[in-house]
Amino acid sequence: MSGQSTEPRPTGPRQRQVEAGVAVFVMVLGGITIFGSLKVGIGWAAEGPQSGFFPFWVGLAIVAASAVNLVRAFAQPARTLFAEWGQIRQVLKIVWPMALYVAAVPWLGIYVPSFLLTAGFMRWLGRFGWPLTLAISLGLQVVVYMTFERWFLVPLPKGPLEDMLGL
Amino acid sequence: MESIGDLLGGFAVVLSWQNLFYMVVGIVLGVIIGVLPGLGGANGVAILLPLTFSMPPTSAIILLSCIYWGALFGGAITSILFNIPGEPWSVATTFDGHPMAQKGQAGEALTAAFTSSFVGALFAVIVITLAAPLVASFALQFGPAEKFSVFFLAFCCFVGMGKEPPAKTIAAMMLGFALAAVGTDTVTGQLRLTFGSTELLGGFDFLIAVIGLFGIGEILLTMEEGLSFKGKAAGINSAVVLQTWKKLPRYWMTSLRSCVIGCWMGITPAGATPASFMSYGIAKRASRKGDDFGKGDIEGVIAPETAAHAAGTSALLPMLSLGVPGSPTAAVLLGGLLIWGLQPGPLLFVEQKDFVWGLIASMYLGNIVGLVIVLTMVPVFAAILRVPFGIIAPIILVICAIGAYTVHNNTFDVVMMFVFGIAGYFFKKCNYPLAPLVLAIVLGDKAEESFRQSLLISQGSLGIFWSNGLVGSIMALGVVALFWPAVSNLLGRFSRPALR
Repeated sequence: MSGQSTEPRPTGPRQRQVEAGVAVFVMVLGGITIFGSLKVGIGWAAEGPQSGFFPFWVGLAIVAASAVNLVRAFAQPARTLFAEWGQIRQVLKIVWPMALYVAAVPWLGIYVPSFLLTAGFMRWLGRFGWPLTLAISLGLQVVVYMTFERWFLVPLPKGPLEDMLGL
Repeated sequence: MESIGDLLGGFAVVLSWQNLFYMVVGIVLGVIIGVLPGLGGANGVAILLPLTFSMPPTSAIILLSCIYWGALFGGAITSILFNIPGEPWSVATTFDGHPMAQKGQAGEALTAAFTSSFVGALFAVIVITLAAPLVASFALQFGPAEKFSVFFLAFCCFVGMGKEPPAKTIAAMMLGFALAAVGTDTVTGQLRLTFGSTELLGGFDFLIAVIGLFGIGEILLTMEEGLSFKGKAAGINSAVVLQTWKKLPRYWMTSLRSCVIGCWMGITPAGATPASFMSYGIAKRASRKGDDFGKGDIEGVIAPETAAHAAGTSALLPMLSLGVPGSPTAAVLLGGLLIWGLQPGPLLFVEQKDFVWGLIASMYLGNIVGLVIVLTMVPVFAAILRVPFGIIAPIILVICAIGAYTVHNNTFDVVMMFVFGIAGYFFKKCNYPLAPLVLAIVLGDKAEESFRQSLLISQGSLGIFWSNGLVGSIMALGVVALFWPAVSNLLGRFSRPALR
């Protein structure tokens, strides 16, 4: 083929597909709302409209609006990208660590996962040296502890390590 | 006028060393928050809200509203120096602000931006001082149907006047209502939409939603561009400030016009963002030097900043006097007031005079203190953004997680925050507006309560919403707002020939 550009064209998931996916997801949420409303009743009772009355119509509106959005998702130009794969990779670099972090917090408290998150970020994504990484990661936990537990008197979740240290 | 007496009483409440201290702390924190991505106005206030539970409500609201001010100012710093709008309404400031910085006029641009913000906010606070008590006393006559009609109007404004497609706005808003409905039904005490889960017993808290949607969601968006921030250095010295101040009075017309646009748009729940764009667009058309806009004209900074701050401030008017917030941050503040047991709305002016006027007085002072602080500390704030993102990002994430936890001392909320964050990323990329979603979560229960009470009174007939002149006209305004795009199209066709 003639006229090839020297740079490869960026690729990624298409906007219209992702928009359609989001519309379907929201529609499902609307459906769940309708289902839940029917369970508690959507009619009229002695005290007025039943619990499910308002959420039922809300759910219906969600489904209707999402149907419109789903159709209009395909009105997007076919070529428009939702994001380039490179950008998605960057976002995932933060999503996986965060997912592990929030999963760890209920078991390990806030301090240990925060330390690991900060150190991990600085080391693997920021490429800082160990001294600075450890200094800031530890320092942050100390600052947080002092500020929240001592100054504001707001207890933060703790895990087995803190129990061992008697904090 | 009674208002002046009340206002002076408010100043007396505010002028304690403790409250002044909170004011300064609030503003500094607010600017830092406004400067960092992911921690913007609504999110920052949401994170710090639980920490203020142990403080007296007046001090707490002063701290929080000063954080709000600070964030408003902070958004301008990143827009001008780094071409990164700190807040959605700072986008229009980047159009001329950043080119000015690139031409070496950063100090001028910043001074112009801060001073314009000050003027806009001052104008709005004066409007609030005069109008709020009037609106509140008027609203005392509202029954459930009238209350619901005000909510209806607010939501119609979002649908009709927002820039996102109406179907998406409706979907987002209704989703917010659905989320608000989860948990205990406030009218009958019944559990609904919990599907047997104990975690969902309390429903979804708007604070968690805000931190996730606005905070985590924005960080995810920022990550798309990788981990670099490149910005222009800036210093402000007093010579630059005075020079710029000498220039500014020339633009008094732009300023005044922007104040009015800002106040008007802030009061109607459309918010600060359209106000700043609209003001920029009108200033560009009205100015003789319209073609210079976009290349670094100081008027292009004055117009949006004045309007955005006037709008951001006047969004507090319906929040205080009617209990209907005009912006996500106002919604969070409203939520805070509810948590403290204060009922925003007409009764607030009657039963909690000290608090309300203390808050209004603090807005005047906070504005002045804020201007002084930002003018003197710009290099410090700019330096913060030079901290590599690899360090700042995890710190912001940890702060958000802590913020989410401290709302209910529940680690499940941290997980929910993350889920909201992912949702926020997708919603923003697919052009779903988040503001109506948040407003619906905050107001959902109240709106539903008014709706059901109205139906109870009318025995099921929807006619109650058109039953008298007051409620009927508010509903009619709502319908007009809902179909505004169609209406304005029609009007456009009649008034002038198409010019492209």
